[in-house]
This record gives sequence, C-alpha cells and structure tokens, in this order.
Amino acid sequence: MRLFLVYISGLVFGVGIVISGMANPAKVINFFDVAGTWDPSLAFVMGGALVVAALGYRVVLKRPHPVFDGTFHLPTKRDIDMRLVGGSAVFGIGWGIAGFCPGGALPVVSTGNPDVLLFMGALIVGILTAKTLQRHSASRQTAAFSD
Amino acid sequence: MYETAFTPWQSLGGGALIGASAVMLMAVVGRVMGATGIMAGVMAPASREDFTWRAVLLAGMFTGPFIYLLATGGMPEITVPVSTPMLLVGGLLVGLGVTYGGGCTSGHGVCGMARLSPRSIVATITFMIGTGVTVFVLRHVIGV
Repeated sequence: MRLFLVYISGLVFGVGIVISGMANPAKVINFFDVAGTWDPSLAFVMGGALVVAALGYRVVLKRPHPVFDGTFHLPTKRDIDMRLVGGSAVFGIGWGIAGFCPGGALPVVSTGNPDVLLFMGALIVGILTAKTLQRHSASRQTAAFSD
Repeated sequence: MYETAFTPWQSLGGGALIGASAVMLMAVVGRVMGATGIMAGVMAPASREDFTWRAVLLAGMFTGPFIYLLATGGMPEITVPVSTPMLLVGGLLVGLGVTYGGGCTSGHGVCGMARLSPRSIVATITFMIGTGVTVFVLRHVIGV
C-alpha cells in the first residue's frame, strides 16, 4: 500500500508535468523570453503548484507523522551561503541554455525522446561531477582540521 | 524563434497536479518531491529501502506520459529549440548547479517555497533571474 501510494504520487507528478508544459523546452524558454516570443503559461504552473502545495502542506504537516513513516524528512539546512546562491545561479544558466529542468525532463525519459535522453545524460554527469568535487573538498577540510 | 500557444488552463491544472503530488508524497512517506534529491538518491542510495521508494516514484513519473497518451490520443509535445551542444552544456550546468544549490524547480521552487523556506526563496529568485538573463543574452544579444 505504501509503495502503491508512492507510485501514484509519481504518476500524478508526471501527468502534471506533461500537461503543464514543463517538459517542453520551447514553452519553458518562451516563458523567460519576455523581450521576444513570450508565453506566460509557466507562471500558471508555478501558481497552481504553489497554492495547492502550500495549502496541502499546512494540513499534512500538522499531523504528528506521515502515514507510512515515523517523521517528516524536511530539509534541515538553514544557511544562505555561496553554495546555495552560486549553485542556483549556475542551475538557472543551464536551464536557460537547455530549456529542461530536472523535474521537467524526468517524467518524459520514458518517451525515449533522444533530446531528453541527451539532456539526462549530461545532467547525470553534472550531478556526479559535483558530488565528486564536494567529496574532495570535504576530505581536504577534514585533513586540514586533523593537522 | 518558436511561438508557443498560451495555455493558462492546462498549465494551471498541470501545476495543481504537481502541487497535489508533492502533498501526497509528504503525507505518505514524509518526503520532499524534489527531482534533484530523488535522482541523487537513486544514484547513491543511503540504504536499500531508500532506493526502493525512489525507484517506485520514478516508475510512477515515467507512467505519466502514457496516461497523457491514453487521455488525449497523443504524446506530450517536446519541442527543443536549441542545438545538441547547448542541450549537453545546459544539462551539465544544471547538474552541477542543482547539486551545489541543493534543489531545483520542484524541490526549491515548489516544495520549499510552499513552506516559505528562506533558502528556497533565495534559490528560486536566483535561478529565475539566472534563466531570464541567460535566455535574453542567448536570444537577443548573441542571437542563437
């Protein structure tokens, strides 16, 4: 039952992404192209998602715990630092270049669209590279502290 | 330049479904519906259990386009108005950026913003500006 409901959550997300147009780079890039072929649709995606999520979270997070887990696994980081801002800026630049974001591309991997697969390949290389770089800098810091 | 049709109702409805899926995942297993975190978790799972729910969630996402096909008789439109090198460079930057930034449009932009997380608000404003400036420069300054 737990995994079935997780599956349905993924399915609803996937349907939402393809209906909304988030999986269509032409539409995504046009949202940001205010000076050219502007298409304001994505503001409605963001608006619809935020209103439902904000209201729904208010109800759900009042409960002591999720139905099938002991705790809500909410992010614990609070610091607004260069990693957050720099990383988000780089993400934005990449999104503007390619027109796909991870959530937009993920559900349409199953269509086998070659452009989606190319983007996903590059995305995975980027994630693995960042993880490797983070591990190296973390181990350097540990080494410095132990000196 | 590719004109795209303004689709306020579909986009609003699709957005509402994205929001509903995030609420459902939080209610069921207490997790954030962030594409970045789910992908990273599948590639390097903390435990077998951690891998399973993420893989099942991904399977659900992959079913989405086929539900769309059943309902509308056609696959969702995916028009890529950029070259393959741009797709690859963009993908690489997105991967680096979301890992350092700790989230993307779904994690920060929807789930984090919905909780009014200051980190997510800063991240979302930053990447929206980054994307807007990049699209402007590429289309109207460089002219790609």
